[in-house]
Amino acid sequence: MSTDTVLKADGVTRRFGRFTALKDVSVSFNRGRLTSIIGPNGAGKSTLFNVLSGAFPPSEGRIYYEDREITGTPQHAFPRMGIAKSFQITNVFPQLTAVENVRVALQAMTNRFTLWRSRTSFPELQEKAEALLDQVGLDRHRHRNAGNLAHGEQRCLEVALALACEPRLLLLDEPTAGMSPEETRVMMDLIEGLAAERTVILVEHKMKLVMGISDQLIVLHHGELLAEGTPADIQSNDDVKRVYLGQRT
Amino acid sequence: MATKNSRTERLATNDIPISGRRVAAALHAVARHRVLAVLVLLAIFPWLMPYKALAVDILLYGLFAMGFNLIFGYTGMLSFGHAAFFGTGAYATGIAMVHFNVPWFGAMALGLVIVAAVAAVIGLLATRTRGIYFAMVTLALGQLVYYAVYQMTELSGGENGLRGIQVSELSVLGVPVNLLDPVNKYYFMLAFIGPAIWVFSRILASPFGAVLEAIRENENRARACGYNVAQTKWVAFLLSGLFCGVAGSLSAIHLSIVPIESLHYHTSGLAVMMSLLGGMGTFFGPFIGAFVFLLLEDVITNITVHWQLFLGTLFVLFVLFLPKGIWGTLLERLGR
Ligand SMILES: Nc1ncnc2c1ncn2[C@@H]1O[C@H](COP(=O)(O)OP(=O)(O)O)[C@@H](O)[C@H]1O
Ligand SMILES: [Mg+2]
Repeated sequence: MSTDTVLKADGVTRRFGRFTALKDVSVSFNRGRLTSIIGPNGAGKSTLFNVLSGAFPPSEGRIYYEDREITGTPQHAFPRMGIAKSFQITNVFPQLTAVENVRVALQAMTNRFTLWRSRTSFPELQEKAEALLDQVGLDRHRHRNAGNLAHGEQRCLEVALALACEPRLLLLDEPTAGMSPEETRVMMDLIEGLAAERTVILVEHKMKLVMGISDQLIVLHHGELLAEGTPADIQSNDDVKRVYLGQRT
Repeated sequence: MATKNSRTERLATNDIPISGRRVAAALHAVARHRVLAVLVLLAIFPWLMPYKALAVDILLYGLFAMGFNLIFGYTGMLSFGHAAFFGTGAYATGIAMVHFNVPWFGAMALGLVIVAAVAAVIGLLATRTRGIYFAMVTLALGQLVYYAVYQMTELSGGENGLRGIQVSELSVLGVPVNLLDPVNKYYFMLAFIGPAIWVFSRILASPFGAVLEAIRENENRARACGYNVAQTKWVAFLLSGLFCGVAGSLSAIHLSIVPIESLHYHTSGLAVMMSLLGGMGTFFGPFIGAFVFLLLEDVITNITVHWQLFLGTLFVLFVLFLPKGIWGTLLERLGR
């Protein structure tokens, strides 16, 4: 594995019953880069995302992270390896306040089985939680229940949850899904800022949205790797044009 | 305090008519100092009851339902097998005292060790499943314990239950205490149940308590945050089983017998009913549920032999119209 590569999928196939959602995909992701995985709905983007981020193992093939193989590593071990993610479908703790959401995420790194102290007796966690909410623009909503936040705000909160483990690699599955244009702009700005400091893998089906900010693009179609390259390469790729023609992009 | 519980049990006095304000303020104070409030109430409790043994029953079943609520209300898993921990605690303590002449304190300690082992094994098998499967697996394993103890006639007395637990002269720190005296017995029980309530409250307020809430709220996200959900559930299950085991162990001393029913799924069902009546996932709910259930049972059995029908109907009405239970609904009405 080259020293520039952070994450690598090698011949990854994923089947659901008889259906093959991902067919022999080999890709690598470079350190410090923002790589977007694009493709029409049903192309297998989320499946690849889930295999890469440990939600389920591939049916065949291997995953490497930094200098070791991580195929089959359980999901909960990922944050401590420095890999965090946000899901395609909003995934927060709805009945907890925004700041409690982040605090519980932070606590996963330090106090998983602390039974005999008050959870409020950790000022450093509280401060960090508030700083993270600041970072994603939710400082005003600290004490609101996550379930009562606007859709876009919940998505930003989920990014804050992902950032809690100080990830070197951040994976985001359609972070702007269902967002208004204004919310989308806020989220894309946030992602650009985050990408300046770490490796980011972004799944998106709207190609236009990621062209401007991606260093590298991966195009999936019917579970197969269709193309791979810089935004310029992809824009001029005939296969990609054909796949996206007639598709709402 | 910014914990989940203090938040759900936080009471605002706005929007409530003046007459209700005093009640709200009183409840507010209760919710703030919940451990102290409970202990004061518990100290005078037997004299508020028709007879003192009922007070002990309410405490014991309250503790049982509270332990159960750690899994049900706080972690979000419905178990139908918690009688296994209540009954095992009762039998292990009783058998140690009756057959092996172990002093009561040693017998209780031994009982808890055995409950821990049983809860560890059942937890390991059950926490791998979710939802209805979890309910079924706990039910099946609970019944397995029931039949196993039922078969051990020599030790357990089988269908007749375990008899002959001597409690008329227990040595408490060297002082002989006659537990046949209802007041002595009540305070003896309180000496265990009071600290148990306090420990429980500490666990809920701890970072671990926050993890349980997170798992109840969203298991997937908790996992993605770095929590080993299966392992956390197992620890919660073990703790829950231990609290229920303490209740069972004390019940052996309370009744001086252990009926085989203490292991039956009816007993598991009692914990479910009491938690739901009082309010699942609330601190006081299980005790209020135990209080209402046992008091009604006591009153209704004096009127009719069909008391189960009445309690069953009441339970259904509660689930339909007051799903948050008595305490849960009260908090909601006065709180938000
Ligand atoms: N858990 C699953 N079980 C069965 N089929 C699935 C599952 N997840 C995804 N699929 C199927 O795999 C294909 C790719 O899905 P997905 O990876 O979610 O696509 P995308 O994210 O690119 O829209 C779809 O046809 C989808 O129906
Ligand atoms: Mg998808």
